[in-house]
Amino acid sequence: MLDDFFWRALIGGIGVALIAGPLGCFVVWRRMAYLGDSLAHGALLGIALGLVFDIDFTIGIIASSIALVALLILLQRQNRFASDTLLVILAHGALSLGLVAVSFFEGQRLDLMVYLFGDILAVGRGDLIWIYSGGAAILAVIACLWRPLLAITVHEELARAEGVKVSLVSIAFMLLIAVTVAIAMKIVGILLIASLLIVPAAAARRLAQTPEQMAALAIFAGVLAVVGGLFGSLEWDTPSGPSIVVAALAVFLLSFVVGAGRQLIRPRHRPIAEP
Amino acid sequence: MSVLRSVMSVPLEKVGQRLVSAERLGVSQNGRRILSGIDLELFGGEIVSLIGPNGAGKTTLIRAILGLIPYQAGRVDKAPGLVIGYMPQRLEIDPVLPLTVHRFLRMSANVGKDEISEVLREVSVPQLREAQVETLSGGEFQRILLARALLRNPDFLVLDEPAQQVDFQGQIDMFELIEQLRTRRGCGVLVVSHDLHMVMSATDRVLCLNGHICCSGAPEAVSAHPEYVALFGPRAADSIALYHHNHRHEHDLSGGVHQAGSKRHDHALGN
Repeated sequence: MLDDFFWRALIGGIGVALIAGPLGCFVVWRRMAYLGDSLAHGALLGIALGLVFDIDFTIGIIASSIALVALLILLQRQNRFASDTLLVILAHGALSLGLVAVSFFEGQRLDLMVYLFGDILAVGRGDLIWIYSGGAAILAVIACLWRPLLAITVHEELARAEGVKVSLVSIAFMLLIAVTVAIAMKIVGILLIASLLIVPAAAARRLAQTPEQMAALAIFAGVLAVVGGLFGSLEWDTPSGPSIVVAALAVFLLSFVVGAGRQLIRPRHRPIAEP
Repeated sequence: MSVLRSVMSVPLEKVGQRLVSAERLGVSQNGRRILSGIDLELFGGEIVSLIGPNGAGKTTLIRAILGLIPYQAGRVDKAPGLVIGYMPQRLEIDPVLPLTVHRFLRMSANVGKDEISEVLREVSVPQLREAQVETLSGGEFQRILLARALLRNPDFLVLDEPAQQVDFQGQIDMFELIEQLRTRRGCGVLVVSHDLHMVMSATDRVLCLNGHICCSGAPEAVSAHPEYVALFGPRAADSIALYHHNHRHEHDLSGGVHQAGSKRHDHALGN
């Protein structure tokens, strides 16, 4: 009844939701939404790299994202401009460089729309392998870094005093985002990747009591958005990437209703005793 | 030393042991000299208060001691294997991060439920274990921060303004608690405060800081010390002073000291 391409889209989308859930939580906690968005913009430079050197686009994007992260860290150390200023310079610079470079390859008939908005329905077996092997690696690294990452998210200096290698952990985290962006691009496209990281995590917030619960709920919300969006796109013949984001938005709004409902039934614990 | 009398019940090898020392320590940040010529020694079982006006470099000094920032001159030595429990000055947890007290405490060390319940009893807030961190009051959260520092089983506690944003009674309670901890655990304690009155009762020794160490000694002696009076004004000293000195003695903008006479005020240090 359902075609192969649809199953591949579903499996790929769910794979991305599995990675984006926990990572997206950290992006939200550490207020780094801009970084995800900027790396996604910069991914177009990676595509241009792929064309120029005739390598796999995913590898090209990973390379350009890592370069962007390295540049960002170097410039941040200069302490001259705020991070958001640097991110716009780097991201839009990379995006424009990529667009200019791609224009030299007119003959390639590169469909930019695919990269800007994603084409989940064109997800192939190779993409699935990328998503699941890369995704497993990303999740493994997050699991190892979970505790120090959480510690520096709460308070960098306290974490440092307790022996956490703060800069190492935060650089590793940025690289994780870079790789995730490269892997997720096929699903929702450059312009919408950040929403896949952030919206499910935000939806999970109101229902979670601990960081781990929030990560698990973010995965659930992401999977819900992918499944809902894809079936919606099939039903109403809408573009798949934006449909997934619209579904994520619906899940986010729903979380408000559920959260408010839970609050009515069981008011949040507020300790009365003042020492 | 009178310090030791109150802590006889704790293991002796901790008490009186030198934990941290600094020699001619100097710290600059962004080309600006913040601390210079700091000499200090801190011992196990001793509560030392670091006081000084805003901008005196109190937090910078403890950051340098903790190894959180580099220093440009002098040296800092720590006893081998020294475990430091640190309570930072301000810690605001973004409400977007859902966190129970239990989960927050588990971050500093690999500890079980029992240890967490025990340390919460020690800081007198056992009922808060499952509370969300964002719902805590200022005083409750300070105690949780202290509990987190204690979970590392520290030999040395560094507390940066532990009683800020707490009402008067809360401040007294906090200092009583710190004194109890010292007695029970025998650890050394370095407390930063901007108010000598608050630290009086619990403190063995006061370091008065303003870019350099202006004076040090027992609280009564420091409160009477002309440099202390110059920093905080005569009224701050009056209420607790044992001596009244009126030497002319001023600080210039760079933190240097102009001494009216060459005579040092060692007689006021009381040790």
